[in-house]
Amino acid sequence: MEKWRMTHRFIRHSSKLLFDRRSNLNSHNIVPSPGFAFHRYFRLEECNFRRCFGSVATVIERNASFSTLNSDDVSYFKELLGEKSVVEDEDVLLTANTDWMRKYQGSSKLLLQPKTTHEVSQILKYCNSRCLPVVPQGGNTGLVGGSVPVFDEVIINMGSMNNIISLDKVSGILVCEAGCILENLISFLDNHGFIMPLDLGAKGSCQIGGNVSTNAGGLRLVRYGSLHGTVLGLEAVLANGDVIDMLGTLRKDNTGYDLKHLFIGSEGSLGIVTKVSILTPPKLSSVNLAFLACEDYFSCQKLLVEAKRKLGDILSAFEFLDNQSMDLVLNHLEGARNPLPSSMHNFYVLIETTGSDESYDKEKLEAFLLSSMEGGLISDGVLAQDINQASSFWRIREGLPEALMKAGAVYKYDLSIPVEKMYDLVDEMRIRMGQTARVISYGHLGDGNLHLNISAPQYDDKILALIEPYVYEWTSEHKGSISAEHGLGLMKANKIFYSKTPETVQVMGSIKKLLDPKGILNPYKVLPQSLSSYH
Amino acid sequence: MKIMVAIKRVVDYAVKIRVKPDKTGVETNNVKMSMNPFCEIALEEALKIREAGLASEVIAVSMGPPQCVDTLRTGLAMGADRGIHVEATTGLYPLNVAKIFKRLVELENPGLIFLGKQAIDDDCNQTGQMVAGLLRWPQATFASKVVLDKEKQVATVEREVDGGLETLSLDLPAVITTDLRLNQPRYATLPNIMKAKSKVIKKYTPQELNVDIRSDLEVVQVTEPPKRKAGVIVSSVDELIEKLKNEAHVI
Repeated sequence: MEKWRMTHRFIRHSSKLLFDRRSNLNSHNIVPSPGFAFHRYFRLEECNFRRCFGSVATVIERNASFSTLNSDDVSYFKELLGEKSVVEDEDVLLTANTDWMRKYQGSSKLLLQPKTTHEVSQILKYCNSRCLPVVPQGGNTGLVGGSVPVFDEVIINMGSMNNIISLDKVSGILVCEAGCILENLISFLDNHGFIMPLDLGAKGSCQIGGNVSTNAGGLRLVRYGSLHGTVLGLEAVLANGDVIDMLGTLRKDNTGYDLKHLFIGSEGSLGIVTKVSILTPPKLSSVNLAFLACEDYFSCQKLLVEAKRKLGDILSAFEFLDNQSMDLVLNHLEGARNPLPSSMHNFYVLIETTGSDESYDKEKLEAFLLSSMEGGLISDGVLAQDINQASSFWRIREGLPEALMKAGAVYKYDLSIPVEKMYDLVDEMRIRMGQTARVISYGHLGDGNLHLNISAPQYDDKILALIEPYVYEWTSEHKGSISAEHGLGLMKANKIFYSKTPETVQVMGSIKKLLDPKGILNPYKVLPQSLSSYH
Repeated sequence: MKIMVAIKRVVDYAVKIRVKPDKTGVETNNVKMSMNPFCEIALEEALKIREAGLASEVIAVSMGPPQCVDTLRTGLAMGADRGIHVEATTGLYPLNVAKIFKRLVELENPGLIFLGKQAIDDDCNQTGQMVAGLLRWPQATFASKVVLDKEKQVATVEREVDGGLETLSLDLPAVITTDLRLNQPRYATLPNIMKAKSKVIKKYTPQELNVDIRSDLEVVQVTEPPKRKAGVIVSSVDELIEKLKNEAHVI
């Protein structure tokens, strides 16, 4: 109920926002009334303004070589998948057309729910022959507009392919379909004494196929590595409907090119991932979590170095947030409780350890924390005494995106930057933004991944002009990546050159052309417009 | 005045409980154990009273296997002044615990005893009442607010009852058991964890306290509750009515 109410408030907010922009652009003199329905704005299609406030205003035009959906297409899909799996309901489509942040909005008229790889293959084969563009969609929790249509692409929702195929209880290798929700996999594995090698805030909605397609990082990467390491195999369907079976369950397999890596992190632009085989680590019984305060960024860095050295074998997460983030969470996240209420600190760090011996691990962590405190790296801290306390500490870090959404408009940047320079950018942005917007930063310090968020009462081109391209240029100059784990999607497709050389991007373009010659898979995304308009 | 607080080591509130295959009890091997949440609330209340200057010392008491010391350390890190561990490797039932408690009260002479209203493992909700009965002290269970008057040696306790709130006035010494909404327990901070390391935990055995821990109770079997059946989607109002009448027997 609460969520519903929140959503509605947000819809009202964003529709008003769109309206304002629209009236500015078209000089329409209509006054928004409270009863004015949200989707009426979106029935007025093919308007480019709707993407202006996601990132720098880039006007994208619909690829003229794509066909438009007709009733024969719909009948074909109904024949193929059955009536129930072909969705034309407006409410469902409105949700599927809109991304989680409500920044990107497509106008697709059709959502398909295949139940088998064969169905996915048939859908793509047909779409390819008809030149109908498609967008694969998992839990639609992406942050860069990669999982929603840009125009009228057919949405292929993977949620019905949610079977767990097998779990090898000796090696811990899990094979499942792409539509399995991460949290369901976590609880399934929990019953068998294993865990997923990745964990992220969106686990209740995001699907493993989407995780793999976007190479999602998350909270445990510092311990278990990226999906390029833990995914042992996958099955993908190419644009022409060919099924590429690479569903190996071997840890070692050096036979030819390891093509699965092309599908990990390519955001559904080369093929649709339908099955995944993933190496899952054993669940260790002893998990400890400390929530700490540091007075300066240098201490956070030093603490990281020390933690890696002294807790190396049990360290499973090292996260940080600054005082602005803490302030935001306490003000906007329901039920959030400051673990260190006695005074505000400049930085907060979460250190999680995972091991097999409760008393040994706890002793080790305590000894480390106490010596860090004596050394002045930590100014205060609490150690979770039970799982409930641990969850409430995690809630602060994991609830930040939600708190940002509630606080108003937010410009999100997900950057990889060498750890020692990471916070310089935040300081510079605070000076740049001045009073116009708040700069909220947090992230996976252990992986050198900064989540830079500019929070303002509403979206405003003046604010955006202060941020971009400055953030990208700064990151590029300091040898960072403009997308650490969120991907490029629609938001950053044209920004790829900040992190990749023209030659590299050219090769990517060739691969795209080879696997998807008509460009029907998740068009307008990942690669820059200049490359993908080769028709 | 001293305050004595009972804290119990239980399977963590967030852990999914599994019954042992031989149905003799609940699986506790390799399972995260923590302080009973109601005991945390009891301890928090005692600490608040001490901090308000109404008590001089808070003693945390735990009974059970050697690992109870970990739970006591948590209690000491929260702020208890010292701990008492009564080590027993066999199962303790509420009456055993109450008898041991009575002996400890005779040794320590506290002016007030706090216990959680129940432990989340066996959900007995008996120990506080039995302690009060054995000591012949007044008791207030399910406390949602506690106010002490040091001068008059009276505790005023609000309890959540069906119709609203009931207010009791008790002469000290007394036994109070704590309910969920009484307070929000504090976290164990690093400086306090450090301090707790040098605090004393005194160890007894039931034999040393001259308490017989044999029990008249015997656990016959522990089983899981029946699994909830999946719901069905009915296709018509008629079918719904038919099912409500003939299957659910509610109309």
